[in-house]
Amino acid sequence: MIEQIDVSQVNWARATFALTAMYHWIFVPLTLGLSFLCAFFESIYVRTGNEEWKRLTKFWMTLFGINFAIGVATGIILEFEFGTNWSNYSWMVGDIFGAPLAIEGIFAFFLEATFFAVMFFGWDRVTKKFHLFSTWMVAVGSNLSALWILVANGWMQNPVGMKFNVDMARFEMQDLWAVISSPVAIGHFTHATSSGFLLASLFVVAISSWYLIRKEHILFAKRSIAVAAVFGLFSSLFVAFSGDEHAYVTASTQPMKLAAMEALWEGETGAGLVVAGVPNPMKELDNDEEAFIFDIQVPGVLSVLATRSMDGFVPGIKDLAYGNSEQNIVGVDEKITRGQAAISSLAAYKAAKKAGDEPGAATALTEFDKNRDFLGYGYLQSVDQAVPPVSLVFYAFRVMVGLGTFFIVLFLAYLYFAYKNKLESMWGLHVAGIVSVFLGYIAQQAGWIVSEVGRQPWAIQDMLPVTVARSNLDTGTVVVTFFMFLLLFTALLIAELKIMAKQISLGPKGGDV
Amino acid sequence: MIGSLDWSTLQQLWWLIVSVVGSLFVFLTFVQGGQTLLLTLTDDEDEKTLMVNSLGRKWELTFTTLVLFGGAFYASFPLFYASSFGGAYWVWIAILFTFIIQAVSYEYRRKPNNFLGQAVYEKFMFINGSIGVLLIGAAVGTFFTGSNFVLNDYNLVQWTNPLRGLEAAFNVFNLSFGLFLVFLARVLGALYLANNLDHDSLVERLKKSSFNNLLCALPFLLYLLYSFVTMDGYAVDPANGMVGMEPGKYLNNLLEMPLVLIMLLAGLVLVVAGVVINRFTASVRGIWFAGLGTVLTCLAIFSMAGYNNTSFYPSKVDLASSLTIYNASSSHYTLTMMSYVALGVPFVLAYIAWVWRQMDSKKLSIDELAADDKSY
Repeated sequence: MIEQIDVSQVNWARATFALTAMYHWIFVPLTLGLSFLCAFFESIYVRTGNEEWKRLTKFWMTLFGINFAIGVATGIILEFEFGTNWSNYSWMVGDIFGAPLAIEGIFAFFLEATFFAVMFFGWDRVTKKFHLFSTWMVAVGSNLSALWILVANGWMQNPVGMKFNVDMARFEMQDLWAVISSPVAIGHFTHATSSGFLLASLFVVAISSWYLIRKEHILFAKRSIAVAAVFGLFSSLFVAFSGDEHAYVTASTQPMKLAAMEALWEGETGAGLVVAGVPNPMKELDNDEEAFIFDIQVPGVLSVLATRSMDGFVPGIKDLAYGNSEQNIVGVDEKITRGQAAISSLAAYKAAKKAGDEPGAATALTEFDKNRDFLGYGYLQSVDQAVPPVSLVFYAFRVMVGLGTFFIVLFLAYLYFAYKNKLESMWGLHVAGIVSVFLGYIAQQAGWIVSEVGRQPWAIQDMLPVTVARSNLDTGTVVVTFFMFLLLFTALLIAELKIMAKQISLGPKGGDV
Repeated sequence: MIGSLDWSTLQQLWWLIVSVVGSLFVFLTFVQGGQTLLLTLTDDEDEKTLMVNSLGRKWELTFTTLVLFGGAFYASFPLFYASSFGGAYWVWIAILFTFIIQAVSYEYRRKPNNFLGQAVYEKFMFINGSIGVLLIGAAVGTFFTGSNFVLNDYNLVQWTNPLRGLEAAFNVFNLSFGLFLVFLARVLGALYLANNLDHDSLVERLKKSSFNNLLCALPFLLYLLYSFVTMDGYAVDPANGMVGMEPGKYLNNLLEMPLVLIMLLAGLVLVVAGVVINRFTASVRGIWFAGLGTVLTCLAIFSMAGYNNTSFYPSKVDLASSLTIYNASSSHYTLTMMSYVALGVPFVLAYIAWVWRQMDSKKLSIDELAADDKSY
């Protein structure tokens, strides 16, 4: 199928996708959460009739609009990049993967696009209630959009509801509901959207804290914090809950990713959770170096997280790579052999079909069926290619979890001092709040590093490695595109930050909020 | 009922759905056309801002329709999606760049401290409205002139021209297609703005502009029509699915599908009627005639490309690699499921129309913008 693999081209294509996706995800979580916060603020305005809340709503909507525009700009490339840079992927799984993208367009994007215009320009053109409805629709549309793209991503992490069609040489959908309702897809959606709510809450809290430090717009800031801290606390608690569920599902669907997250090289029963540690950079699959230079573990907790049992067995990277007969784990080495057999029998099937040799095709198909589940592994050259970058995933996971835990404490502190009516004097808390918005962005990116780097080398888990998924482009073309996106997106980011900073410094217009 | 439809019926249905989305997109390029009128048709900053804000209430609909067009193609004809985007790489990347820079331009154009300056954002809008639309037209033109690709036994694409799709713009037919779309977008943009703005002198200029741009579009349109009735086309043998050249294929398609011929002629007449109504009467409602005409014309062109045993994405270097609605589609199951999903489209169109009506019941004026702190 793939005669020659240009690893350099594949890596640049990966870098381009990582670049565009990470840029896009700077803006998306804020859109997801701030849209709801705007809806909350406007609901209070409509309910109370208090014009101060309207001004407050309009200010946050201004920042929402600035962020939304660049989110749209960076988002369009992602849909089409599957075609431009991953065209083999697009053909081989398009029968399944295209569906959620199309559904996203029909049911989410139009909702956003249609009601966005009302939300921004309809204040004096439609009734108050219709305007509020529109604001809610933008929030619903934004989050529905996240649902469908994360269903698509969830399917890449855990391909279900499909079968390989040898005649078409592609994977075909068998059960749309299985794709939509996959626990991995649901886990991705709930975890990612709630983390967006959390980030938007941090954003509102941070800017409001800035005003309180400067003793400007004090009532405005306190009102904003009161709403955002409640939303942020509930969101951060749900992020923790959904993250735990997500990790539990990952243990069964992507055990190699979980092993990398924990830098767990040797499988264990009653495995401990590494609270803090420094993985040994010299540790590799084929040596007996210590896994950690330093680590602090809590015994048994990893087993509980992964299996819901203190005595559960959590496979390590070596178990997954070389197999573990005691635990009924088939190793990557054996999967590669069987995958190569699948590729050979697929080629034999195609050749026999072309030659009109039906008996030969039937024989080849029988052989293929024996190994079809391992087709993707046949494109790996060696066992170590199935191991993701362990240290990066390990650290990213800890950054994400550590910051997520800190945010719960932060929101509790804000709510406590808001309740005690002492917010204005809490200078240290406000500095922490301002710093936290940047930490929030780091946590977001770290989460995606865990999710996407942790599943390398797969474009579709266990089915399609990135080396096969790529487009047939030369390296130079992909490199040029990478730097074009880097320059353009960086310029647009600078513009966004400068505009945003200016609007924040100008503050809410009119009134005494 | 959908569940009982056979595969070929679903393939034809989905070509129709994709065609409708594509045709609506072309209608909605009035936004892009309007963007190209900004720099030449306005006398002062207020007028420019008025036009930007009128277009700014619709740009996302156009953008979203383009995204849906891509998504619908991906879901229904993934082999086209993979072959065209992965093969004609540079032309699609160039098109996407023009839409990326458009997406921030409305919001950032007049915001203080915007880094690039107002003039740059307005140039972004112009580039999107001119080069972006031109390249889309050139890319669609290859539906009739063919592209440079080969598919291997596993349907993976190899492009044979180093320009990776940009070569389409150097073909006279494709270039004419692109330029026709650019001027059509300007016609539609002028008609839309004339209907949406409360500004007498600007509306008068827009009315004249729609007529002048129709005159500019005419030579390209006539060349396209001449080409359609004379050019050889990529025909599919229904017996074995083999693709071969057929003299006068697209003329044959029009004659063998009289409804398509009627749609094409009616569409063009409606576009002209819309412009004439605006230019020579006091009415400003020409956009609705021209809009319907645009949709009908595009539907006819898509029908010519895909129906009646025609290859809609032919390979001129390897006829056997050419794509038809039958060999490039998703599976029966996926098309069935997506057809159920598509039942939601009328609902979506209904709420768009409803909101549009709510928002545009009153024409946009400079005074209103001056009082609106959210204006672009």
